[in-house]
Amino acid sequence: MNNEIKLQFPAKSVNESFARLVIMGFIAPVDPSAQEVTEIKTVISEAVTNAIIHGYESNEEGIVDLQASLVGNRLTMTVKDFGMGIENVELAKQPLYTTKQEEERSGLGFMIMESFTDRFEVISIPGVGTTITFEKELLNDNSLEVEIQENV
Amino acid sequence: MSITVSLYVENQVLFVNLSGELDHHTSDQLRNRLNAVMGESQVKHIIFNLKHLEFMDSSGIGIILGRYNHIKTINGSVMVIGMKPLVKKVFELSGLSHIIKVIDDESKINEMIRGIA
Repeated sequence: MNNEIKLQFPAKSVNESFARLVIMGFIAPVDPSAQEVTEIKTVISEAVTNAIIHGYESNEEGIVDLQASLVGNRLTMTVKDFGMGIENVELAKQPLYTTKQEEERSGLGFMIMESFTDRFEVISIPGVGTTITFEKELLNDNSLEVEIQENV
Repeated sequence: MSITVSLYVENQVLFVNLSGELDHHTSDQLRNRLNAVMGESQVKHIIFNLKHLEFMDSSGIGIILGRYNHIKTINGSVMVIGMKPLVKKVFELSGLSHIIKVIDDESKINEMIRGIA
């Protein structure tokens, strides 16, 4: 099935769970596995949190733009902010790298986004904003659940 | 979705029971509650019971790591119990399982407490 959504919301932290709910509802028709749903929810949560904390430095007047499309079982998602941008994307992607240690940010956001999707790309221009694009084939793959059952 | 937090302290062990979703938004609420209790009571060890936690992202990792960094300065310990498989996946990805003891079986709590007390 083919479908798409476009959505904008203010950079309030309460909208992190809203974004997760939206994306969960959006992918429901292709019947993803529980594992895939959680991975997608986590990825969206990380990307929206990044936009709020880093893009807008928690200024709630910022706008987060979320787009998603499904072509067959291939999900593409884009999370975009119009905030301060990232000076050095490669450095920011390093596991445990964080500019906000005092706020107990773990520096794992990009690593999680990379691990839970087939492809992810960060385009950032300082002073203009950051766009993160993800692709993931939803195969209704329950390999994690199977793996765990086998370990019992 | 929100988070429900229940906290109690017994013999310097802080028990943290979480249900719901732990993200950046709810982690701010949780951090304030934890800091308040740790300011009022003597806490040497922390046990996070995540049996009823449905979702956790890297903000949750940040919270647990933050408490660990504090507790290790007083030679205490931090433990996590009862993670659902998908919460555990984020936990393991973070590498926290190398420094924080993970218990899958809730019935082992008493044994663990005897071990640290």
